[in-house]
Amino acid sequence: MSELRGSDTFFLSYTLGYAKRGEIMIKMQNVNKFFGDLHVLKDVNLEVAEGEKLVIIGPSGSGKSTAVRCMNFLEMPTSGNVFINGEELTSKNKTKLVRETTSMVFQQFNLYPHMTVLKNLTLAPMKLHHKSKKEAEELAYHYLDIVGLREKAHVYPTTLSGGQQQRIAIARALCAQTKIILFDEPTSALDPETIQEVLDVMIRLAKENITMVVVTHEMGFARQVADRIVFMADGQIIEEGVPEHFFTNPENDRVKQFLGKIIR
Amino acid sequence: MDGLFSITAWEKVWTYRSTFLLGLYNTSRMALFALILSLVLGIIFGLMATSGKKYLEVISRVYVEVIQNTPLILQLCFLYYALAFSGKSLGIVVTGIISLGIYHGAYMAEVVRAGIGAIPKGQFEAAESQGFNYVEKMYFIILPQSIKIILPPMVNQIVNLIKNTSCLYIIGGADLISLTYSFVTGATTGGAYAPAYLVSGLLFFIVCFPLSTLASIWENSLKKRELKTAEAVKTISEGVVTK
Repeated sequence: MSELRGSDTFFLSYTLGYAKRGEIMIKMQNVNKFFGDLHVLKDVNLEVAEGEKLVIIGPSGSGKSTAVRCMNFLEMPTSGNVFINGEELTSKNKTKLVRETTSMVFQQFNLYPHMTVLKNLTLAPMKLHHKSKKEAEELAYHYLDIVGLREKAHVYPTTLSGGQQQRIAIARALCAQTKIILFDEPTSALDPETIQEVLDVMIRLAKENITMVVVTHEMGFARQVADRIVFMADGQIIEEGVPEHFFTNPENDRVKQFLGKIIR
Repeated sequence: MDGLFSITAWEKVWTYRSTFLLGLYNTSRMALFALILSLVLGIIFGLMATSGKKYLEVISRVYVEVIQNTPLILQLCFLYYALAFSGKSLGIVVTGIISLGIYHGAYMAEVVRAGIGAIPKGQFEAAESQGFNYVEKMYFIILPQSIKIILPPMVNQIVNLIKNTSCLYIIGGADLISLTYSFVTGATTGGAYAPAYLVSGLLFFIVCFPLSTLASIWENSLKKRELKTAEAVKTISEGVVTK
């Protein structure tokens, strides 16, 4: 703990009290997903341990986003099971389980444009987690500090740059204090010069015991923070491993091809 | 003595002014109750149309299409005479309120559907991913955003509803048009056609014009604000404003 920077102590309260790393937080069992005739996920099996940082990469249309969206039932699998924290996710208990365990950060930020940044952050804690206004605002400022945007608390999201909006969206996800945060291509809609500010926040987050599943095309980020990388193509997981293995000697030709194109 | 410029005709209208005011009162009262019914139906069927549940969408669609593609007068007569012959007449006023409510409910449903449909999918997903249930999601996140889109066309529908009370004439309602007609054809009051219809029209205009003006002002300011937001976003993304 002594090597933590001052700013990192913010996170300690977040992680205290959670079980130690290693328990299975997310489990996908033979998950298939069809959009009409299109077979988007083909018998996907995947486990994510508590505190693990899993990065999913792969070409566009490979089913990465769909896989992540199945983890909180934004997409319902056509067949197969999804378990969150040991409990099977069904359409009936979705709202409850999602509330308690997962948050999501979207490619398009999806902040609520009719509310100030502060309201965006306090809405769920107040209405869903029954926190008082004071508690919710303290929480909101706490996470605004972490993403470095405290001074934007009272502005409307549309007046912010994409990078700032995404940092606010991450703060909003953190305010739910869930064990899992899912990131669906969080930097893909950003201008190149604002990508890094978002990645920096995520890199800092990754030092904590939060379970992170990140769909991204940012290979530098994947290499730096991933405990494990999963490569998807045509709706299947075709290779997985630690970043070291993944970037230095991938086995699958498809992966080699992809990495050859993306890393110059 | 019947002409537009006949003093006696105008005097007659003035003497019986309470008839016109009663007509206006009846029309407004019926319009108000019909409006409440149409709003309730519009919200229910509008929400059904955007629920993503196939059977609810079909029910909503059938209601909207059947009502919008048959004349109001037919619906009015159908309800009035069908009920009258089955021996359970609800009376002219209640029948009028129900028919007008159902008729405009179909249009309100379309307005609500369009308003909700204009909200980006990401807003629904963000709300769901935070764990809001359907009611919470609509109440806190979706409807506050769609209300601005919904209100101007809704006010236009209110104007139409007020004007459509004139259809009650066909079943002999006590609305403004019916009373005007009784007035101009009455044994003692008859004759003053032109002034009577002019006054009747003026009363409709006095009620409807402010409403439709409000609706168009509202709509324009909404468009302006959208433009402003779009410009602000563009300016920021072009990096002209740097923080």
